[in-house]
Amino acid sequence: MIVAEQKPLDEVYEFAKKYKKVLIMGCGTCVTVCMAGGEKEVGIVANQLRLKAKENGDDFVVDEHTITRQCDKEFFDEETARKIKAADAVVSMACGVGVQYSAEVFPDMLVYPGLNTKFFGTNVEQGVWAERCAGCGECVVGDFGGVCPISRCSKSIMNGPCGGSSDGTCEINPDVDCAWQLIYDRMDKLGKLDELEKNQPIKDWSTARDGGPRTVKRDDVKL
Amino acid sequence: MSQEPLIIAFCCHYCAFTAADLAGTMRQQYPTNTRIVRLPCTGKVDANMLLQAFVDGADGVMVAGCEEGSCHFIQGNLRAIKRVTYAKDLLAETGINPERLEMYHIAASQGPLFAKTSKEFVEKIAGLIEEDKMSLKEETPETSGEKT
Ligand code: SF4
Ligand code: SF4
Repeated sequence: MIVAEQKPLDEVYEFAKKYKKVLIMGCGTCVTVCMAGGEKEVGIVANQLRLKAKENGDDFVVDEHTITRQCDKEFFDEETARKIKAADAVVSMACGVGVQYSAEVFPDMLVYPGLNTKFFGTNVEQGVWAERCAGCGECVVGDFGGVCPISRCSKSIMNGPCGGSSDGTCEINPDVDCAWQLIYDRMDKLGKLDELEKNQPIKDWSTARDGGPRTVKRDDVKL
Repeated sequence: MSQEPLIIAFCCHYCAFTAADLAGTMRQQYPTNTRIVRLPCTGKVDANMLLQAFVDGADGVMVAGCEEGSCHFIQGNLRAIKRVTYAKDLLAETGINPERLEMYHIAASQGPLFAKTSKEFVEKIAGLIEEDKMSLKEETPETSGEKT
């Protein structure tokens, strides 16, 4: 899932207070699962804005609404359109994709991000999310025992480990696992250590962000 | 008697709520400012429930659950502590003194403790409101200046 975190309240407040009616719009998918921008969090931020407005003597109305997904047009139903049009501005509690897509669907509406989008990751334990993929565009985890050297190695090296690996942790921070230790251990367990002898070629980064904004096209499913 | 400050007390059915009932049976006096909301367990509390009480006009909110280790649902009260702590941070972000929200542990048999705790909480909140009014006065243009 896409993992995000809430922006500091002050930042959202400075935006919201400029308008008479602000809609806080949540997303029911990734950001609900990572507890950053679902219905519950929308309720919290809306109430925080109401309380802060009362404290500061500012006067604006805060409305709440959450849809299943903000990155898919079909979920912007009539009720959502009505709520958006009734507002002067929207704070989108989706990931950056949802924020931009909301603005694309409603080009006349001011949409402000309520979250800071962090990474593609997983819930490693209750309350902890960790990065697992950097969307490099050409997945290589198959060669590394299912551990991604791009997103999990601080240097994204393909022929690791580097000299900074110590006691299984990365030199940038002892709390960060060394991806190459994980790769080694996994390959060892799978009885495939010899495959790590292979020299990996330089990765073609043009399939990643370095190649500019990317699109995926499928003629078979196009209308 | 003044109904200000208005206090909402989220009380667990198995302990603090029973204690409140007992306080009544024992004819213990405590201020009528406290409105009790009975919950099946303080583990039912979520941060927004606490914020909502403030939005709806509460001056102070108390959450009262079983003593640590004696929750009817094993660890509902421990979860409540975490959520109250989180809600305190959320309140602080809005500029509201987080001390307006507190968690207490009161066993079913502690009627007098419930009465005492509610009374002290009402007094504390009244004091905080007074402090807020004073600091508001200090900030008025005539008196504002270099703070020492
Ligand atoms: S808008 Fe973002 S958070 Fe919501 S479903 Fe799409 S990708 Fe996930
Ligand atoms: S190799 Fe690329 S696509 Fe595969 S998990 Fe890592 S970053 Fe993601």
